[in-house]
Amino acid sequence: MLKKSNIIVVTLGIALFALIPNCKKGAATATLASDAASRVYVAPGEKDEVYAFLSGGFSGQMSVYGIPSARLFKIIPVFSVFPENGYGFDEETKDMLKTTHGYVPWDDSHHVEASMTDGKQDGRWMFLNANNTPRLARIDLKSFETKEILEIPNTAGNHASPFATENTEYLMAATRFSVPVPQSNVSIDSFSKGGFKGTVTMVKVEKNTGRLSIELQVLVPGFDYDLSHCGKKKSHDWCFFSSYNSEQAHKMLEVGASKKDKDFILAFNWVRAKECKDQGKTYNFGGEYVNNFKEENKPAVSTKLSGVKMLNPKDCPGMMYYMPTPKSPHGTDVDSTGEYIVGGGKLASVIPVHSFSKMIEVKDKKEHHSTEIEGIPVLKYESTLAGEVQKPCLGPLHTEFDGQGYAYTSCFVSSEVVKWKLGTWEVVQHLPAYYSVGHLSIVGGSSTEPYGKYLIAMNKITKDRYLPVGMELPQSAQLYDISSGKAELLSDFPTVGEPHYSQMIPAKLIMDKTAKLFPLEENKHPYATKSENDARIVKLGNTTHIYMTAIRSHFKPDIIEARTGETLYFHVTNLEQDYDIPHGFAIGGAPNMTNLLIMPGETRTFKWVAPKPGIYPFYCTDFCSALHQEMQQYIRVSP
Amino acid sequence: MKDLLFQTLSKKNRLLILGVGLFLVLVYFIPIWAISISAPQYPEGLGMQIWINQITGATPYDLKNINLLNHYIGMKEIISESIPELLFMPYVLAYLIIGAFITELVPKVGMAILGIINLVIVGLVGLFDFWRWEYNYGHNLNPDAPIIIEGMAYQPPLLGCKVMLNITACSYPSYGGMILASSLVLLVYILWDEKRRKKSNVV
Repeated sequence: MLKKSNIIVVTLGIALFALIPNCKKGAATATLASDAASRVYVAPGEKDEVYAFLSGGFSGQMSVYGIPSARLFKIIPVFSVFPENGYGFDEETKDMLKTTHGYVPWDDSHHVEASMTDGKQDGRWMFLNANNTPRLARIDLKSFETKEILEIPNTAGNHASPFATENTEYLMAATRFSVPVPQSNVSIDSFSKGGFKGTVTMVKVEKNTGRLSIELQVLVPGFDYDLSHCGKKKSHDWCFFSSYNSEQAHKMLEVGASKKDKDFILAFNWVRAKECKDQGKTYNFGGEYVNNFKEENKPAVSTKLSGVKMLNPKDCPGMMYYMPTPKSPHGTDVDSTGEYIVGGGKLASVIPVHSFSKMIEVKDKKEHHSTEIEGIPVLKYESTLAGEVQKPCLGPLHTEFDGQGYAYTSCFVSSEVVKWKLGTWEVVQHLPAYYSVGHLSIVGGSSTEPYGKYLIAMNKITKDRYLPVGMELPQSAQLYDISSGKAELLSDFPTVGEPHYSQMIPAKLIMDKTAKLFPLEENKHPYATKSENDARIVKLGNTTHIYMTAIRSHFKPDIIEARTGETLYFHVTNLEQDYDIPHGFAIGGAPNMTNLLIMPGETRTFKWVAPKPGIYPFYCTDFCSALHQEMQQYIRVSP
Repeated sequence: MKDLLFQTLSKKNRLLILGVGLFLVLVYFIPIWAISISAPQYPEGLGMQIWINQITGATPYDLKNINLLNHYIGMKEIISESIPELLFMPYVLAYLIIGAFITELVPKVGMAILGIINLVIVGLVGLFDFWRWEYNYGHNLNPDAPIIIEGMAYQPPLLGCKVMLNITACSYPSYGGMILASSLVLLVYILWDEKRRKKSNVV
């Protein structure tokens, strides 16, 4: 009897030991590597689970990736010209890049924002900022094309932009570089004497069409406003802006702007601001700006506008409060419940978390104010503090939330992502990043209902991660699986431009809504040619309009005669009504013009001044059919 | 036999014939026949539908794309306007429907038999005509077509599937066709039922 039970105990013991390595399987490096490969593998013909929209940093574009495979699907040109499809070159899109500074075919695009309804991603639009020449763009997720660009006046360095309110009522845009407002030629050291100002701009998004307009601007003290995030649920009425250089240093900022122990997160009640505007507390202010709008399948219309409604914080009490935040805060992120506002003090040794409810409780109690700056009360640090994550890492920047009560903060200096728990402020995991991570992004991570599962870290440096390709190494991001208790690194992937920030959206929200073609019968382009019978050449003095059609596998008209110096407009309509059959159009040696890619049912225009006499071939550049190579014709230019 | 022809239809069978008449009205609103096309470059397939009075694509763009495909082999463009049968087919259907309603006034077995004969004639003539059009489209090709393959014709099947070059074309009755066929089956059932009834009456 005794022996028997011993055998049972021993057997159980062996079984338990045998189980332990199985439980720990995920931790073994070798096993993890092969396991990770299968978790990012999307078999041929299968589709990814998530769309990732990455801003292109200094490429000025936005790129679309599939997650988890990290395959690049598309580059959407937004603020930079794109020779591949003629964006910024052709008659339809060149006005998209018009500004008050003239034609600006490049920008520095940092932040992608997804449109939301009730705090949840709705898959309608993406918004992108232009930091260098302050602009804001709306990208339609039906066509994945840039539909509108709005310039922001009275600002410089449109960095804290475009961050959306819970229902995309407004997009916020704030100054990174404070400048004289209005612009003037003053001595630069007047910055330190309060001569420079910042502005916070509320950009209205029209509910159904998405059209952008400036609602009002708020003139704020001349600090550097860096990032923003808007509240959710109970904090719906508020947006939060981080700021640095509250020292107002104007030279050697590295030292000058790092002196104070705390800078600020600016809490801005945009509902109150609108109220003050409606009560007539704003005043008319100057500022020229341009709005460029490209209606579907029509040339962009560029409108010059002038003047904004300006609001001073002291004229609208209860609208703005400063919350001291250590030290030179960069990110300011609101968790999915709307209660916690996390500051990423890039020089701080803690991650400070403000409580929204505490802020509401104390904001108008004098004993919780330490001072006031230009009509904006400064609250006491301890009064709004919910807690601090102690010694999390070096250089905490940005935080995203998984909806399970955990926050993930990127740390630039120590090259890692730290996972910590909201409420207890305990760090639960350090995830190494390769290297120098800036923003990170969780699927739906800035909405009220994160989908979680995946996190990507967007890195600044990639030494030793890839085959070297000259001095400039690939730009890179990293994918982590955060669905289980312990986050795991799944893959590294190179990206287009600097992957600055991203919004990730579950594929099912978008994939069935994308447009397949432009219905020809709805084509309202002024130069559309809807059937081959209408293809024609119209001469008006020294200008010729060629109403051209493209269909597999020919253009019509196919022989064109011109004289040197004559201006020719090729209005090419793609007559196809089949998904994925664009036609290209290029003329040999054409200067100032690249390729055109014309979608099915679309009309686009190529302007060409006939050069010296000769024969110039033109042809379809997008392999359209078995007879694509025959889709070529000639222009004869005579003296 | 004569007795059967003039036998008055049972109440149930009269109702059934009324049902056939009403059922046939549906044929105005749904396609009779469908031809589907699949090829590697058309993973979602293309479809063409033949209605009582028109030919359409399965999506608003399919017919255009089928014609685009066909132009490589020099097939004539398929458009409703080129098929005059589509102009009078709605009247033929109306004749069948009116026949069913007249049977309600003259509820004799002979009327049901007339209905069967009419349906069979319409079906056979219709199928022959359909085949003739397919033959003409598939054989009368433009001699200047970009793709000419010696001995190749592109006649789609009358019923079933057929592979032509890299394209699989399938041809099957659609809902309207099924309604016409089941109307015939119903009438045959009525005839059988009436015959049985006559026998039992005799016994």
